[in-house]
Amino acid sequence: MGIRERLSGNEAAATAMKQINPDVVAAFPITPSTEIPQYFSTFVSNGVVDTEFVAVESEHSAMSACIGAEAAGARAMTATSANGLSLMWEMIYIASSLRLPIVMSLVNRAVSGPLNIHCDHSDAMGVRDSGWIQLFSETNQEAYDNLIMAHRIAENKDVLLPLMVCQDGFITSHSIENIELIEDEKVKEFVGKYKPEHYLLNKQEPIAIGPLDVQTYLFEHKAQQAKAMEAAKKVILEVAEDFEKLTGRKYGFFEEYKLEDAEIAIVCMNSTAGTAKATVNRLREQGIKAGLLKVRVFRPFPAKEIAEALKNLKAVAVLDKADSLNAAGGALFEDITSGMFVNNVQVPTVNYVYGIGGRDTTVEELEKVYKDLLEIKESGKIENPYRYLGLRGEN
Amino acid sequence: MAYNHKEIIANRPSRLTSGHRMCAGCGAPPVARMILRAVKPEDHVVVSNATGCMEVSTFLYPYTAWTDSYIHTAFENAAATLSGVEAAYKAMKATGKLPENEVTKFIAFGGDGGTYDIGLQSLSGAMERGHDLLYVCYDNGAYMNTGIQRSSATPKFADTTTSPAGTKIPGKMQSRKDLAKIMVGHHLPYVAQSIAYMNFKDLYEKAEKAIYTEGPTFLNVLAPCPRGWGYNTEDLMLINKLAVETCYWPLYEVVDGVYHITYKPAKKLPVEEFLRPQKRFKHMFKPGNEWMIEEFQKEVDNRWQELLDLEEMTNKNKEN
Repeated sequence: MGIRERLSGNEAAATAMKQINPDVVAAFPITPSTEIPQYFSTFVSNGVVDTEFVAVESEHSAMSACIGAEAAGARAMTATSANGLSLMWEMIYIASSLRLPIVMSLVNRAVSGPLNIHCDHSDAMGVRDSGWIQLFSETNQEAYDNLIMAHRIAENKDVLLPLMVCQDGFITSHSIENIELIEDEKVKEFVGKYKPEHYLLNKQEPIAIGPLDVQTYLFEHKAQQAKAMEAAKKVILEVAEDFEKLTGRKYGFFEEYKLEDAEIAIVCMNSTAGTAKATVNRLREQGIKAGLLKVRVFRPFPAKEIAEALKNLKAVAVLDKADSLNAAGGALFEDITSGMFVNNVQVPTVNYVYGIGGRDTTVEELEKVYKDLLEIKESGKIENPYRYLGLRGEN
Repeated sequence: MAYNHKEIIANRPSRLTSGHRMCAGCGAPPVARMILRAVKPEDHVVVSNATGCMEVSTFLYPYTAWTDSYIHTAFENAAATLSGVEAAYKAMKATGKLPENEVTKFIAFGGDGGTYDIGLQSLSGAMERGHDLLYVCYDNGAYMNTGIQRSSATPKFADTTTSPAGTKIPGKMQSRKDLAKIMVGHHLPYVAQSIAYMNFKDLYEKAEKAIYTEGPTFLNVLAPCPRGWGYNTEDLMLINKLAVETCYWPLYEVVDGVYHITYKPAKKLPVEEFLRPQKRFKHMFKPGNEWMIEEFQKEVDNRWQELLDLEEMTNKNKEN
């Protein structure tokens, strides 16, 4: 039986990091993830963890130091948000190409500009093709659980990819919720020891990392990354199975909420799923067969599995908390619809870009989305598949 | 420090092997070789290399010229990357994840572009945080790897591809940054400027001190580039000699803030001796451009005098 606590999302992330007890944490303050390195440096100062905390002078150096540490043979972790991740961008790609299973806590926030410190997913979407595994978390509990599972996934020999656990800035990072923690010893046992095969600090086997890699080999190396991402799908489910045995909490690629008999459904990620569940409950009381698909694993993208889960619906709305500014639709929408198309699933699907820069999204607004879906279900027609939700002057 | 310098030069194996692709007459490989020779044979090294000539020429997949462990990640972050490696070493030593009796030293190599310019923040951060590592800048005075573009280490008037000597603007119009002094401003236990000259004795001894002084240390080593400077490849050592004998590149070390000039030329040569064999300064020797050589000489003289003053002042402070 776990330990019942009340923690904010940032506290939950820092607690997970404390229990994981990594060798190196390198981080730089940025709202709303600042508290994570703050809490963590307290653990370091009080000798609660064995970690070397590297208080770097920028996020670029944070990721560089994590790469150096992980390549050296250590477990390295970091936390950041928005522009911090943008400044890391160059190193994000290098971390995954060097196959270093670094784990990051990403507290989602709008990428400038103009400057905004509140939640949207533009930071995570900006690195969606960088070769990192991306797990999304609806609640503080999920942010914690995903971090506890992270190293087992990232460090798996068939995977060896960095992983980021996303949660919504302020909405979950600064909200205190009930949470069930796992005992320290059980976390230690579940996460296990990191045993890299090749590492810089192995004097018996000096290695060189990060070559100039030209036409003759880069293609093959990229294909290996793609293969590892494919392999991660299986590993993510295996680790989730073990996690369920430990905690009773069940995780998959996504969560289906009242989807089985649903005619209309919303697809979204992170905390909005909570609002959507409340909306589904309200609509169900009115006899409307509404459902929800909450994506947990965004990279690797479970295209086939999602298409399968959506195939019996009459209309679907995909909610993107980041605009791709491409005159076609958000990233999640494009992935979902192309996944359906490739897997011969034909369901009328519409996109709503919402919650940009921390704009609040309410049950009433989501209710309107479901009502739109009812219309689409009746008419079978979609006038404009790329829409905004909660934009001033449009509703 | 009693040791047989000749024996080390002759017998200690090079930790950067031959067969790399650096140009003939390049100043960087002898610098890297000699610095690594100063590591005790029983000690392991992790080299962190900034993107640049040295990196692309020594580690082209699947070949490496480095016998120690080596990491390259990007252009501007050799120091930050190495600081992560060093932090890992500390943590793993403390928790018994590494053998107790093994010693690893940490050495970063970056060119002037990766050090004076794009990597300055990363370098400053790593030095301030006090990681136990040596950062070596091999300064060839321009972005040579991308084709000789000016950097903040490029000397005034030099002809580069982004400060071309034209009919209106005669080369680079700004003086070069003094990086060693910026490093001294970080209050490091050891900062030195050196070059491959006089059987590499100065370089070897400074490298050994820098590697085995606890804490962050910095070496700035002039490393001429035949392509960018326009000298004959066989003249590398002559160029090094002239850089020192004209006081263009003074050899000194700063130990805990106290300056010590390690070589004072008996007769300081005029700086045009250093400038003349290099094509990048060719326009300075055209009739009517004498003012450029004069101005260059004045800058060298001022900087040399400033160094003499710093030596006197910091040693006097030490006595008090």
